[in-house]
Amino acid sequence: MGDLAAKLQLYFSYPFVWYALIVGLLIALCSSLLGVTLVLKRFSYIGDGLSHVAFGAMAVAGLVGLTNDMYIVLPITVISAILLLRTGQNAKINGDAAIAMISVGALAVGYMLMNVFPSSANVTGDVCTTLFGSTSILTLKEADVIVCIIMSVIVIAAFLLFYHKIFAVTFDENFMRAAGVKANIYNLIIAIITALIIVLAMNLVGSLLISALIIFPALSAMRVFKSFKSVVVCSACVSVFCAGVGIFTSIMAGTPVGSTIVVTDILVFFIFCIVSLFTRRRSQ
Amino acid sequence: MSDLLNCKDTALGYEGNTVVSGLDFRISEGSYLCILGENGSGKSTLIKALLGLNKPISGTIERLGDIKVGDIGYLPQQTAIQRDFPASVREIVMSGCLPKCGLRPFYTKEEKKLAESTMSRLGVTELANRCYRELSGGQQQRVLLARALCAAQKVLLLDEPVTGLDPKAQLDLYELISELNTSGVTIIMVSHDFAAATKYASHILHIGAHHQLFFGTTADYLASDVGKLFAERDFPEKEGTVNSNG
Repeated sequence: MGDLAAKLQLYFSYPFVWYALIVGLLIALCSSLLGVTLVLKRFSYIGDGLSHVAFGAMAVAGLVGLTNDMYIVLPITVISAILLLRTGQNAKINGDAAIAMISVGALAVGYMLMNVFPSSANVTGDVCTTLFGSTSILTLKEADVIVCIIMSVIVIAAFLLFYHKIFAVTFDENFMRAAGVKANIYNLIIAIITALIIVLAMNLVGSLLISALIIFPALSAMRVFKSFKSVVVCSACVSVFCAGVGIFTSIMAGTPVGSTIVVTDILVFFIFCIVSLFTRRRSQ
Repeated sequence: MSDLLNCKDTALGYEGNTVVSGLDFRISEGSYLCILGENGSGKSTLIKALLGLNKPISGTIERLGDIKVGDIGYLPQQTAIQRDFPASVREIVMSGCLPKCGLRPFYTKEEKKLAESTMSRLGVTELANRCYRELSGGQQQRVLLARALCAAQKVLLLDEPVTGLDPKAQLDLYELISELNTSGVTIIMVSHDFAAATKYASHILHIGAHHQLFFGTTADYLASDVGKLFAERDFPEKEGTVNSNG
């Protein structure tokens, strides 16, 4: 036990560990906030789809030779999110089909560009890092952390300000439209926040595991809690807790950060499932 | 009784295709209008037009008095999303006050009071903390009615409200709607249910294949050729009862 404490102390004397912890917890918090809305709107896979778009955009950024690829990745991801979520309940192409199209398309184009115009010798390594975010969270610089804090504050503030509207538009878009609420604007806001979260989260867990960060805490919370507010609060707590546990475990055990966090999320999901079995039996 | 909505020779449709035409009717304050018609006769297009969500191709839908877009409380048909939505009854009823908020992010005390009083008016106060998806179909419709009443107190537009309810719950809901009408709420209801329509409504609008077949009071409707035809086709064995009711 003393060994463990000494090891932790050693690690926390390095600023990059602190950076990883701050960024990790913030991203976990942000991604869980909209998770409930996205799962209920049947957009569970939007994290996957948009992160593939961001992957494609990164490839383009590498090709053009931009030093900070955020300038290309962020706008392209936001536009894709708007296109996907714009139509809301009354879409002509179903949400899942549209996401599948954009996701697979962007992935293929991105991988193609990376291979045809390789920016470094190790293409497979680059792809792996972008997809799984294997170590990038441990290589964050102070500037990255500041960008992450600013974007998290924007996401959290927007979510709190529009909380009631997001709830109402998710629950019943047609009623809100009929009552004179500009549902399209709120769908747009949901799309933009979603895109911001995904671009943020790519640094932590990489493209492939973003969906897990978005949906697992929401699904866990929905097993047990019965009001929208309690589900949102619970999924935020679960997400932050899992990210914390995941980051510590990955430091101690030397496992990849992203997948360790997701495995923790999966374990918590099973715990919540078991809890819901008991509470349901009691209420019957 | 003054008129709230006035439809004059209106045609409705999408992108230039006419779905229903020749609509000519008025809705007066405190009345109970039932819109009858087959599937595909343009009922849902008419609902959107009445709510102000799409414009007529020709003719006009006049809103008289102080009725604006958003002043009609709407009870839409349930969507698949709502069936597993984790939300408490109170949260859903409160969301009816949202249109009043504008850009304000939180509800005021008055709006919370309105939600509470509407819940007790519709008898769902004891369900306030229950989860919406665990309620029975009839209770869910009451909750959505409460939400519609929070959004608009004078006029309600109900889109086939009894669909999927068992006979007892259907009867309860019809009685509740009738009580609301008696207390001064104007009701516009879209329905398949000929018997209930002629029992409760004060006026009937019957839409056939793409045009209006009848508009008038329920008594006139039952005496009209359209009404008799519909009654015979739907309830051949009950023809006598329907006529004696009328």
